[in-house]
Amino acid sequence: MKNIFKQAFHSPRFVIGFSIFACILLTMLIYPLLMPGNPLEMIGLGTFFRPGTYVSVYDALDADSRTIKLSDADDNRLAKAMSDADRISMMEWLAVAGVPAEDIDLRDTHGLISLWKKYYDPSVRPEGMTKAKRNYYERLNNRLVAVTRADTITMLSPDAETGEMEERGRVAKTDYVNVSDVTNVRRLPLGTDNFGRDMLKELVSACGTSLFIGLVAGGIATFIGLLLGLLAGYIGGLLDDFIMFFTNIFTVIPSFVILILISFSIDQSQRGALTTAVVIGLTSWVWTTRSVRAQVLSLRNRDHVNLSKLSGHSLSRIVLTDILPYIASYVVMAFILQISSGILAEAQLSLLGLGPKTTTTPTLGLMMNWAMLYSAHINGAWWAYYPVILTIALITFSLNLMNTGLDQVFNPQLRS
Amino acid sequence: MKGYRKYFAKKALWFVVTFAAAVVLNFLLPRLMPNDPVAAITAKSARGISETWAIRAMYERYAQEFGTDKPLLEQFFLFVKNAVRGDFGVSFSQYPRTVANIVSSAVLWTVGLQFPAIIVGWLLGNILGALAAYIRKGFDKVIMPASLFLSSVPAFGIAITLLTVFAVNLKIAPISGGYGYDLIPHFSWKFIKSIIDHYQLPFWSIVVMAIGGQAIGMRSMSIYELNADYVKYSRFLGIKDRKIVRYVFRNAMLPQITGLAMSIGTMVSGALVAEIIFAYPGLGTILMRGIMQGDYPLISTVTLLITAMVLLSVFLLDIVCGLIDPRVKAAQYD
Repeated sequence: MKNIFKQAFHSPRFVIGFSIFACILLTMLIYPLLMPGNPLEMIGLGTFFRPGTYVSVYDALDADSRTIKLSDADDNRLAKAMSDADRISMMEWLAVAGVPAEDIDLRDTHGLISLWKKYYDPSVRPEGMTKAKRNYYERLNNRLVAVTRADTITMLSPDAETGEMEERGRVAKTDYVNVSDVTNVRRLPLGTDNFGRDMLKELVSACGTSLFIGLVAGGIATFIGLLLGLLAGYIGGLLDDFIMFFTNIFTVIPSFVILILISFSIDQSQRGALTTAVVIGLTSWVWTTRSVRAQVLSLRNRDHVNLSKLSGHSLSRIVLTDILPYIASYVVMAFILQISSGILAEAQLSLLGLGPKTTTTPTLGLMMNWAMLYSAHINGAWWAYYPVILTIALITFSLNLMNTGLDQVFNPQLRS
Repeated sequence: MKGYRKYFAKKALWFVVTFAAAVVLNFLLPRLMPNDPVAAITAKSARGISETWAIRAMYERYAQEFGTDKPLLEQFFLFVKNAVRGDFGVSFSQYPRTVANIVSSAVLWTVGLQFPAIIVGWLLGNILGALAAYIRKGFDKVIMPASLFLSSVPAFGIAITLLTVFAVNLKIAPISGGYGYDLIPHFSWKFIKSIIDHYQLPFWSIVVMAIGGQAIGMRSMSIYELNADYVKYSRFLGIKDRKIVRYVFRNAMLPQITGLAMSIGTMVSGALVAEIIFAYPGLGTILMRGIMQGDYPLISTVTLLITAMVLLSVFLLDIVCGLIDPRVKAAQYD
């Protein structure tokens, strides 16, 4: 066994796959320690907050402010107040006012604003321009003026007894606050989902549940497959025909369909992560059975097995000592593949709305389902689904790499 | 010819047996579950009704409608008899419409989308895999890890990526549906163009899904063939490289056809998910809607149809395999 591990780590593919998988596992174990708390706590009111650092505005007012003078601060403010459509409209006005087209640069906020200040005149009525359009220009101008006009903003808060407004302080344009001085700052590296939950925390937790589902489903599938494969291959005869008949049927009938039928028949409230895992495991043993049977068939008439038989060893002993060690590597490889296909199956089921119905633990598939139900992909909320897809892909990729790496170690033919 | 006829008969018999098993499973699985589906349906529609006699009457009405008050064997024959006549009952969610009516149009969309897409993906994957095996250096270093990663990305991941890149950000393709929402199906250039536009993204996402796995399979198959004795012998005889590559490609492709037959179930399930992402009016979208609304007759019909489609394509692939692979025919003479 120790030797097998040593051999496996000689394959670069296995090493890469193993390191990716180990990284995922470590993140899953360490992150909850650093950021304790319920992963499904709805912290944000509203859907799909962008990833980033959220600073409490309230606390920022109390933090010590410093004066920093930046020459482009006003330009940045103006740039933020102008949409791309506004810029194009401004260019149209300037063109009407007689500014040559090559002088206007849409991207250059400073130049555009200075041209605008020079040429815009609310009293001018260009020919053919509708009143609505003229009003729009006036509003745009007012907005741009307002952005840079006020040098300070006065904060008022109502007095608790009289209700009169009292001045609490003033914020100047040049006031800056160090983020680390603000009392309440929340980092949301992956933003929030549609329920206002911290995506990263949820993702880490979901990753754990999905891996659990994969492990349970893979374990069940491998166990059934191993058992049936050993029975069919070693005992043979009528039992072999019988098992292979069913195996062949389930090879062609898509397991996805059976999965849907069973999952739909189980009541929503009873469909936890474990149930889903068991159902997936029960529908995906076919390939393991086939390959184990094929391996056992080739082993059955080897000399050491015959010798064991002649020595009068019991069936269980022959299977355990003379056959199992020879197919152990195949079983391990099959198990690895079953884990990844179990995770994928859960994700697809959940996407259809048949996943585990738990409000206490998220899974990768459920997160995907929520993102799709709330149209994250159309709203441009990439952080709600791309990290999930990437996590699934990375888990599967690392497991597949480990599998092909092991394959290279155990099948010398494939080495090149 | 005799060997081939035998092969055909065997495959046809196997098709009938698996199909029968699929029908039995489709019928039996939901009924074997410990909870009573009719009770669940009654509970859903009886929400807000407090009189027990009314609920009981509803339950009995539903039980009669689905025939669950009869013995299991009788139910099964009734189910088969109705299915043969194309009667799959009435949909719950779109009430007066029959399931057959809803499903019949969806089947065309699904077949029209998935059949060409899987074939194209299979062909492209095989060509890439063979190239990777033949060229090896450089090309193989890129194609192999890329295919391995591509086959690791879940089906919906590929579909969503294509959707967000081409439809949402670049806006060069429509976001969802099978044709423009402002159009009524009719035979005109505008309508056909709309169908073609909506076809692109789902089609290519299924193609991309199929490529990864096929390329990996084809690569290892081709490497195996390239090391075979006949290749060495041909090289020794001085046969041109191009001709050898043709032999190798043909020999490596044959197991790939069997491989396609084996993996078509997985591919179809991935493609159904892609349909859901693009809200394509096929079986996948209908299945999802049926699940959301607890429409039991619709779901069981769709799953039966999907199984039938998969089994039929496996059968056809077996026949094709027998026709073009002399080894399969030869095996029948033993």
